[in-house]
Amino acid sequence: MTTYDADAQGWFGGPAGATTPGWGGRFMPEALIAALDELDTAWQKALVDPTFGHEFDQLLQNYAGVPSMLYEAHRLSDHAGARILLKREDLNHTGAHKIRNVLGQALLTKRMGKKRVIAETGAGQHGVASATAAAYLGLECTVYMGEVDTERQALNVARMQLLGAEVVPVTSGSRTLKDAINEALRDWVASVDHTAYLFGTAAGPHPFPSLVLSFVRGIGDEARRQCLELTGRLPDAIAACVGGGSNAIGLFAGFLGDPEVAIYGFEAGGDGVETGRHAATISAGAAGVLHGARTFVLQDEDGQTVESHSISAGLDYPGVGPQHAHLAASGRASYLPVTDAEAMEAMALLARTEGIIPAIESAHAVAGTLRVARERQGETLLVNLSGRGDKDMGTALEWFGLGRPDGPEAGS
Amino acid sequence: MSVAIAFEKARADGRAALVGYLPAGFPDVDGGIEALRAMVDAGCDVIEVGLPYSDPVMDGPTIQAAAQQALEQGVRTTDVLRTVEAVAATGTPTVVMTYWNPVERYGVDRFAQDLADAGGAGLITPDLTPDFAPEWVAAADARDLDKIFLVAPSSTDERIALTTAACRGFVYATAVMGVTGARDATSDLAGPLVERTRRATDLPVGVGLGVSTGDQAAEVASYADGVIVGSAFVRTLHDHAGDRAAGLAALRRLTEDLAAGVRRA
Repeated sequence: MTTYDADAQGWFGGPAGATTPGWGGRFMPEALIAALDELDTAWQKALVDPTFGHEFDQLLQNYAGVPSMLYEAHRLSDHAGARILLKREDLNHTGAHKIRNVLGQALLTKRMGKKRVIAETGAGQHGVASATAAAYLGLECTVYMGEVDTERQALNVARMQLLGAEVVPVTSGSRTLKDAINEALRDWVASVDHTAYLFGTAAGPHPFPSLVLSFVRGIGDEARRQCLELTGRLPDAIAACVGGGSNAIGLFAGFLGDPEVAIYGFEAGGDGVETGRHAATISAGAAGVLHGARTFVLQDEDGQTVESHSISAGLDYPGVGPQHAHLAASGRASYLPVTDAEAMEAMALLARTEGIIPAIESAHAVAGTLRVARERQGETLLVNLSGRGDKDMGTALEWFGLGRPDGPEAGS
Repeated sequence: MSVAIAFEKARADGRAALVGYLPAGFPDVDGGIEALRAMVDAGCDVIEVGLPYSDPVMDGPTIQAAAQQALEQGVRTTDVLRTVEAVAATGTPTVVMTYWNPVERYGVDRFAQDLADAGGAGLITPDLTPDFAPEWVAAADARDLDKIFLVAPSSTDERIALTTAACRGFVYATAVMGVTGARDATSDLAGPLVERTRRATDLPVGVGLGVSTGDQAAEVASYADGVIVGSAFVRTLHDHAGDRAAGLAALRRLTEDLAAGVRRA
């Protein structure tokens, strides 16, 4: 365990009000405290139970396709002037790192004897992953999704439905991810005796940030080992995109104890941080409490949450996991915005140089890495390619004007 | 002025106290003040002023919609304090019910001071539990403000002990597992929760479970020290959105019905 872990109350970097203000904690209605304690206890037990560990590892290996490979991107490296290694989480079952988290949480659900899971989803990726895990383990599944997102991501709604999940469009507030979380929490208050909440990212009230990390930290542990095998040394820098921050914290966790490895998180800069239309929570937000944790929040002067904007629905969230807030505040990791345009350019570049179409989320990490490479020429940079781009073809079609045989070519 | 005074007075009358809630700025700031004053006139013993928040996870559709309307019209934290000041001036103890982030953003100490200066009695904090509230506890204690934390049917006896030990004024018992909103059925969880809470504290126990009629109020008043009503007031104002005078009249009738209810338990 490193000093970057949370304490028993879920504080990263010491409790709030101490000389060093802490991040995380549990700002939740009393009605949900018992359920969070129950989850915490079940998780702590599972962590030290070899049967659980074995079951989880087997499931990841035989069902999810984990460990994902570490791939050396030669042509992209030539383009960047740095040695770029991609952690291929895009090759996992359901197309992203998220399957690790939901399989872990769904297994815990079974151990707690609960029969139903609920989840929130923005783009639909966590919803699809949750529906998948629920189908595999025979659990009932309800997914809350902002009405705006159900319209933008109709294909993922269909996927969840095909997997047997009920998708509930959320019509309150801004009708996007944050409101889907609100609605899932409202469901949970009323259903907590038989329902588990599969939280989609390493954010929210304790124990979720640490619990989710424990299920996704394989990304970083594998990548560290694979990098040593491939190159004989640690990378000079690692990078990931950050929305709520689960793929990033999963990667970062493997390297927090290696001070010589620089860590970069790339946030969604949307139209540009200066325009106000972005989701760069750490770069441009302020400390506050959202969805149960003290962290960076996009908010107005009165503490009302401000709507975020990103071309990538998976990064379009006005909060961020509290451990990232701690890593930013302590200086261990750097968080920088990447605009929609930069991300889309990187998406096309990766497609053209490597034959890999990344999720737009992951394209933010690639774009940021290309920027970092300008100052780190010849160095080894390890990037988490957290998801694949199949789900984003609608956006790409529109952005690049694709889909017509005589249409313009992406990146040209 | 602590809400304790209102509960003591009700207890001396041999009845439960009626606690009425509306979010500030609904239907607008001045209209909200007028509505809350009407509720005081018609028999509310304690007033809760809600601070509208963008992410109200404990609220059902009725209060969500009212808060959203208030926010869309530009209600500010300072408007909430102005509302408190106007209502507290009637002599009725007035507390603010708020999610935590707006207070943290305003500055915990500054909020406590401005609330005290406005004559507010204290805070009800639905998403802040005592184990995460050291800053608020210190700020409230320095100014003798009420700290009203919540207990729930899922709370263990240990949690109830911890929570009630940190409360000042009264203890808020959320007697259904669910969000706010008027309900037809009464909860069989409420009685046992109040009983468990009483074993832990001598503070008055107020119960919120979606009461909307005098008969329901009478039933809750038979085992609780306070009957908390929110969504029913909001819905009444909402149902008369086009006609302010009719809305206020309906609000008075509802308050009188509820006030009669808490007196016939």
